[in-house]
Amino acid sequence: MDLSEINPVLLIASLMVAATPLLLAAIGELVVEKAGVLNLGVEGMMIIGAICGFAITVETGSTFVGFLAAALGGAVLSLLFVLLTQVALANQVASGLALTLFGLGLSALMGQSYVGVKPPDTPELNIPGLSDLPVVGPILFSHDLVLYFGIALIAAVWAVLKFTRVGLILRAVGENHDAAHALGYKVIRIRVLAIMFGGACAGLGGAYISLVRVPQWTEGMTAGIGWIALALVVFASWKPWRVLLGAYLFGGITVLQLNLQAAGVAIPVEYLAMSPYIITILVLVILSADKSSAPASLGRIFHASH
Amino acid sequence: MKFTTLLATAAMTLGMATAGIAQDKTKVGFVYVGPVGDGGWTYEHDKGRQAVEAEFGDQVETVFVESVPEGPDSERVMTQMALDGADLIFTTSFGYMDPTINVAKKFPKVKFEHATGYKTAPNVSVYSARFYEGRAVQGHIAGKMTKSNIIGYIGSYPIPEVIRGINSAYIHAKKVNPDVEFKIVWAYTWFDPAKEADAATVLIEQGADVILQHTDSTAPQAAAQDAGNVITFGQASDMSEYAPMPRVSSIIDDWAPYYIARTKAVMDGTWETANTWDGIGPGMVKIGEISDAVPTDVKEEALAMKAAIADGSYHPFTGPLKKQDGSDWLAEGEVADDGTLAGMNFYVEGLEGEIPQ
Amino acid sequence: MIVLEKRPQPSQAWSLATPLVAVLATMFFGGLLFAALGKNPVEAIMTIFWEPLFGEFSFYYRPQLLVKGAPLVLIAIGLSLGFKAGIWNIGAEGQYIMGAIVGAGVGLAFYPLEAWYIFPLMVIGGALGGWAWAMIPAFLKVRFGTNEILVSLMLVYVAEQMLASVSLGLLKNPEGFGFPGSRNFQSYASAYNADLIEGSGMHWGVVAAFIAVIFAYVLLNRHMLGFHIRLTGEAPRAARFAGVNPARLILFCLGLSGALAGLAGLFEVSGPSGQVSIDFNVGYGFTAIIVAFLGRLHPVGILLAGSLMALTYIGGEIAQSEMGLPAAAIQVFQGMLLFFLLAFDLLTNYRLRLALKEVA
Repeated sequence: MDLSEINPVLLIASLMVAATPLLLAAIGELVVEKAGVLNLGVEGMMIIGAICGFAITVETGSTFVGFLAAALGGAVLSLLFVLLTQVALANQVASGLALTLFGLGLSALMGQSYVGVKPPDTPELNIPGLSDLPVVGPILFSHDLVLYFGIALIAAVWAVLKFTRVGLILRAVGENHDAAHALGYKVIRIRVLAIMFGGACAGLGGAYISLVRVPQWTEGMTAGIGWIALALVVFASWKPWRVLLGAYLFGGITVLQLNLQAAGVAIPVEYLAMSPYIITILVLVILSADKSSAPASLGRIFHASH
Repeated sequence: MKFTTLLATAAMTLGMATAGIAQDKTKVGFVYVGPVGDGGWTYEHDKGRQAVEAEFGDQVETVFVESVPEGPDSERVMTQMALDGADLIFTTSFGYMDPTINVAKKFPKVKFEHATGYKTAPNVSVYSARFYEGRAVQGHIAGKMTKSNIIGYIGSYPIPEVIRGINSAYIHAKKVNPDVEFKIVWAYTWFDPAKEADAATVLIEQGADVILQHTDSTAPQAAAQDAGNVITFGQASDMSEYAPMPRVSSIIDDWAPYYIARTKAVMDGTWETANTWDGIGPGMVKIGEISDAVPTDVKEEALAMKAAIADGSYHPFTGPLKKQDGSDWLAEGEVADDGTLAGMNFYVEGLEGEIPQ
Repeated sequence: MIVLEKRPQPSQAWSLATPLVAVLATMFFGGLLFAALGKNPVEAIMTIFWEPLFGEFSFYYRPQLLVKGAPLVLIAIGLSLGFKAGIWNIGAEGQYIMGAIVGAGVGLAFYPLEAWYIFPLMVIGGALGGWAWAMIPAFLKVRFGTNEILVSLMLVYVAEQMLASVSLGLLKNPEGFGFPGSRNFQSYASAYNADLIEGSGMHWGVVAAFIAVIFAYVLLNRHMLGFHIRLTGEAPRAARFAGVNPARLILFCLGLSGALAGLAGLFEVSGPSGQVSIDFNVGYGFTAIIVAFLGRLHPVGILLAGSLMALTYIGGEIAQSEMGLPAAAIQVFQGMLLFFLLAFDLLTNYRLRLALKEVA
């Protein structure tokens, strides 16, 4: 056992990569939930994004087009959820679960001819001078562009929610859809856009796994990350910057436990693997004191009939 | 017992009803634990199935069901195949062991082949591959090639098969490089590409310049390629898309010869229950092409070891060997018996850390 | 343009007709999918829906429908009571696992003793295991107002890790050559949940599922508690005036659904599955949520929905092996079925009407 073998700089750099798919999917779901909709289909949208991004990248040779396709794929799948919950007014929990089931199946069908194919590399940032700096170089200046995009997206969502009229309307819809409707806002339209944004983000997160983090296509490769993203939104108490923090914490625990194992520390792996979930529950309990955090209309069906 | 009779009668009636067709077509069923698109374990079994079709053409009909959960679902799928007139059924996951035995009892005329298990019956054979033979060759190359003297090993779950592989690789790496050290990480999953990528990255960051994996995805290969001067070995399938670097060689599961032979035996009526544990010799375990990244002399030594294992003149677990706690295991020249190997739950001397329980 | 108009009363006729319409729509679109994959659509649909019920080997598949459907129904019944009252337990998968671990643990603790009281003790252990696991979100909700959807979901992952841990450690079969997984209950008579009549598929879990259906029906229609549950879901404020204690209702609904999920886990581990293993859980807890909704949260509806789900599983397997359909196609097909069932449910509560003027 030798803890000095763990290089904290590299640890931070690799946990940032590990956290990115989670972060992308979670920030999308945060917007969806802020609008008062609970979409449990994140896993399904992620895996659709993973295969769309992978297939298009392989076909066109461009990772940029691939990521674009992934966002589009996730958004298109989320339209099914829109159709069910916003048009047909079906229960959101059941619809989300059905979406995951459908997405996992569909992605496997779409990906049949892409098993064992190696995708083109995703370019990484390399600024001579900056990328070579000790400590800050590996952490700040030597990742792929999508990782920076994820962080920028967090900032953007935060700014939009906090400072703009759009953000205000979105929150109003999520807090009290009847009041928002009475004020003349198009509740359904706003929710549809939010859900599609969530789908696009989940798709990007999925493509990050199949194009950058792994990179390959295999059936079911998201392996539950979409579910963790759901937990993360709650952990972050619907606050964008806490999503970033939470994603690094969740990603960090996995990377850290692998690091400890490799350094020869005898740790009970199962118990460490449980810890993010237990911490989330604890955070939930602490947050419960603050009743304002969860959008009040979360998961409730809206129909403008009165 | 009444139900058993009912099933048997039904199977017999069916057998007679379709006897005309059944005569010229042998039906072979395959039960898979993963999707055929997993690129690893199930993928290789399905290649074996395709080889059977290619070999016998119109004389056989193969059927398969993928992603079958272990437990009652697998029992139902096997029963369904047997009812449907399968003559031979391959069940390709350890967790299918008890279900296979149960279904085999109900269909005494149908032959069953269970992969990686240990329970046999008059109509149930078991078969498995001696992957540890391939691990020995890997260990040799790894020990010669490492510059940092740190070899990273990604394990799935701490079960005998994986532990056997670790021991075999370690013994042979140590033999050619006394300073070598193994870092072992348990992923606690059979399949999670993202986690496998993380595990590989962690090992590389802690100084490993050789990564051995006992998980099936190519994620560790990609991580190694990213890192630069790290070598890896393909697992389960050749993973040649990562050759010549980082993938310098591979262990390939080749089930095709066995599947063809057993299907032939059923066709000829010569099938008998057997406990097959084949390695490099019979071709169930193959060593993928050793790439040019490996120096010629190392490559020749590795091939010589492969040949020695294949013709039986060398056994990867040959004494003197001690267990991790320092107690004696094998005396000079003594060779490990299959029983000990099958249930191996200890590290050999020199490996650090404990096997998690 | 078409507008939705809420019906004063849910339509009885549509609530019976929508499942049928949904199944027909699924057959149509599923058929298109199968045709696109180059398979005969009629044959595929027939294989999935007809073969298990009336095909050549239906004598085997019909009992299997019970085996596959029972855990779904048992869990879904428990969940539906909570859902009716607006209490969202989506962690049944975790409660199912904990029921199996505790129940199996009780049984294995007695090994190799043979006695009549072992199986009943295991049943109690299974129910308690699931109950205790569900009481965590229940207690947190009552005490701190924590969201039960998320806590119960988180606990699924915790339970999965526990399962891996006991399969490799505490409950590992000492005679299993180091392989993960517990002893098999099939070879331990006192603890084995065998078919009551051999080959009928009727094990104690199936019996329990039927009892649960009747129990829930009586509770909801004939009992004050059932009235309170419905009232809380439909009009929480009115319920409070009617003297419903929300905390007690939460504890009851979550506790009961946890106990039933735990029982389902115990009956599965001691019967059809036979042993605790790393991959013991196959998603019954999540599928049961869908079953509860497909059954419109009505006990009889759940019974039918559970049977329908079981049918698509078993029929889907037959279609895979007989027609070479990929497993993914079956998954998509099931997804479609759920979509249509959920979507057409709209017609039960709403009326479609053509309106000439746009309504704000």
